[in-house]
Amino acid sequence: MSELSFGTGEVDKDRRRVLTAGATVVGTIGATAVAAPFLLSMQPSEKAKTAGAPVEVDLSKLEPGRKITIEWRGKPVWIVHRTPEMLKTLDAQKELADPDSANVEQQPEYAQNVYRSIKPEYLVMLGVCTHLGCSPTFRPDVAPTDLGADWKGGFFCPCHGSRFDLSGRVYKGAPAPDNMQVPPHHYVDESILLIGAA
Amino acid sequence: MGNLLANTLNWVDERFPLTKMWREHLSEYYAPKNFNFWYYFGSLALLVLVNQIVTGIFLTMNYKPDAGLAFASVEYIMRDVEWGWLIRYLHSTGASAFFVVVYLHMFRAMLYGSYKKPRELIWIFGMLIYLTLMAEAFLGYLLPWGQMSYWGAQVIISLFGAVPFIGEELALWIRGDYVVSDITLNRFFALHVIAIPLALVGLVAAHILALHEVGSNNPDGVEIKKHKDANGIPLDGIPFHPYYTVKDIFGASVFLVIFAIIVFYFPEMYIFFLEPANFIPANPIQTPEHIAPLWYFTPFYAILRAVPSYPWLMGKFAGVLAMGAAVMVLFFLPWIDRSPVRSIRYRSNAFKAWLTIFIVSFIGLGILGMLPADPIKQKLSQLLSIGYFGFFIALYIISKNERCKAVPDRVTWK
Amino acid sequence: MRKIIFIAFLSLWSSLGHSAGSSYPLDHVNIDLSDKASLQRGAKYYVNYCMGCHSLGYLRYNRLARDLGLLEREVEENLIFTEDEEGTPTKVGELMKIAMDDFYAEKTFGVVPPDLTLFTRTRPHGADWLYTYLRTFYLDDSKQWGVNNAVFPNAGMPHALWELQGWQKAVFDPADDKIITGFELVKPGAMSPEEYDQVVKDITGFLAYAAEPAKMQRHKTGFWVLIFLFVLVFVSYILKKEYWADIR
Repeated sequence: MSELSFGTGEVDKDRRRVLTAGATVVGTIGATAVAAPFLLSMQPSEKAKTAGAPVEVDLSKLEPGRKITIEWRGKPVWIVHRTPEMLKTLDAQKELADPDSANVEQQPEYAQNVYRSIKPEYLVMLGVCTHLGCSPTFRPDVAPTDLGADWKGGFFCPCHGSRFDLSGRVYKGAPAPDNMQVPPHHYVDESILLIGAA
Repeated sequence: MGNLLANTLNWVDERFPLTKMWREHLSEYYAPKNFNFWYYFGSLALLVLVNQIVTGIFLTMNYKPDAGLAFASVEYIMRDVEWGWLIRYLHSTGASAFFVVVYLHMFRAMLYGSYKKPRELIWIFGMLIYLTLMAEAFLGYLLPWGQMSYWGAQVIISLFGAVPFIGEELALWIRGDYVVSDITLNRFFALHVIAIPLALVGLVAAHILALHEVGSNNPDGVEIKKHKDANGIPLDGIPFHPYYTVKDIFGASVFLVIFAIIVFYFPEMYIFFLEPANFIPANPIQTPEHIAPLWYFTPFYAILRAVPSYPWLMGKFAGVLAMGAAVMVLFFLPWIDRSPVRSIRYRSNAFKAWLTIFIVSFIGLGILGMLPADPIKQKLSQLLSIGYFGFFIALYIISKNERCKAVPDRVTWK
Repeated sequence: MRKIIFIAFLSLWSSLGHSAGSSYPLDHVNIDLSDKASLQRGAKYYVNYCMGCHSLGYLRYNRLARDLGLLEREVEENLIFTEDEEGTPTKVGELMKIAMDDFYAEKTFGVVPPDLTLFTRTRPHGADWLYTYLRTFYLDDSKQWGVNNAVFPNAGMPHALWELQGWQKAVFDPADDKIITGFELVKPGAMSPEEYDQVVKDITGFLAYAAEPAKMQRHKTGFWVLIFLFVLVFVSYILKKEYWADIR
């Protein structure tokens, strides 16, 4: 045996155990504290936050029945100026998965209504399908040949055929599970819309 | 719970030598018990290597290896990325810390003859690590794309141009362009972040494996394997774990205090770790007033400048050769030093005197290498270069029949 | 030997510490990065007097707002004067860039006025240099802008702050007409010399801040890291001692 005193009883095993445990705790705290800045550095940077800053849109030139697409945080945001005829179709929808927008994740509180918007005529919505992230196409035409006689106007996702009405509510039986998302937005004045800030 | 752990370990051990490796390299690796202060630097070098790799990976997430974007992307890291400044300073300070630790580690080997038989290969691997580290530091220094990055690379690559016959083509091939450019930056990035680090990690593994094959030297330079107990365990050896793990953790903690003071309060280290001119973006048409490499290269840079350029003496290639020789001669140290005694504790005064001359020359050259050249400093550099090379010649001669003190049979302890 | 090293060290310090070009001694300035009122004033002077030519291209307005204790709205109203081609004012999250045409700049000044975000870090004692530089413009008819500078001879820059400082003449050493010993105010500006020094101190402080916005955070974090490390040193020392008690 080398000149060690293992098991001779001189070693206070409890003391050693306590000290080792204490050192382990201190070391773990240290390691966690070191990991934190590295993990936090992967958060959106100031540059990303600037790109994700609220976007101002002037609605005065958007004609009824038309859609414009705005980029916000690199995603398409649609603004649709709905005509009174379009709005009428929304009340009569029967085949929707979530007609009352009960899933609060998909829209801010102020858009939890049939129109899913603040002002009924303006729909502001993230143009991203809730199925797998494709961007659906805007199909305001009623009863086109490819979508069938029941089509009252809405959005159709070319990737997997999900159908949404003109409020972005998903039809029953579509692959998409949820209504399309309404981003936080508000009106700065009569026709100036700010997207990205409640 | 304990049972599950034991079963899992069993399961793994039947498929992978986990416990075996743990035993061979830690719990049953017997190291001499008389390690002193100088023996902290090996584990510290490993710590710094880990720091460089981890911070490097995170820097790569935001750095852009593009001449038009590189400088701004470093400032982006320093400002816009959350905690980016910390990661960058850890990396830049780590680079200098690496050399501090490695130089002290190498000096330890010289003090106690750790390069001598049977540890020649450990030394060779170590030298290869040092050489690789120099390449890594040089390549990495171009990446911030500041004035010093640019002109430093320009000057060093031009050295290759001094090689007879193939020089110009060689320099052109390294740059991939007629001047240091975006193309150069791009390939330096590739080499710095993956090629060299891979080589470095492999060499470190080889260095440690070779060490564990023959066992560690110690400040007395005696072989602890000569005296073993009934179980074949060296009498003066103690298991690396837990004894040296706890000791090295303590050493690492003290090192981290010093390291943190620099990172958080003196990241530029006046001008030695981050040079002021490197806060100016690279400008290919304007050389800074004074360019010097970072401190860890300056001893060799001073040797380069000390050698005068004569047409009959290979012109400027002579300096390059001298600089290269200054590094390469270290590889041969195990054969230059012929003394049977390892540790400085039992070696002659002549050896001690020459080692002092060597260290003074090395540090002196390091200082001279930072300064603008003038005739007096060149003379001084020449004197110190003679001191540097003189050490190896003197060592070869005096170590043949050195009058050493009696080496003890066992290590001295307390 | 020791003496040689000492001399080498001295010359190292002097040759690296001060850049070539001028022997005019730098005045030391004490920058207090926690003096937010001073930094705010500095930012205001900077955008009004300097930013016409010198961008701060690595600093964002909203970062400045946050660090200097200003509201983003205040920054938008008081510090943002730039706009894009369509006339939309620069957003508060943008970098403090300017739209000066490099070609125009080179024609007017001979060089493109450099970005100053990192200026105080580009030379040792950068803040002292800047503080002295902005206070040592003196009348010199032989120069393009009618002024020369004591720390940066033949600077290609006009005296942007002359309305505040006024005009001064250099007083030269009678023995050597290249050495400036002092200055004499020949036409007072809108401010007294003391007030002007404070303005320059504010600008210098602001640029020292801009060069490294994270510096204050760095010092604060460092304090806690060191406290932790001292605990770690203590704990690991006890642990080491405990285990090494085995060995004799």
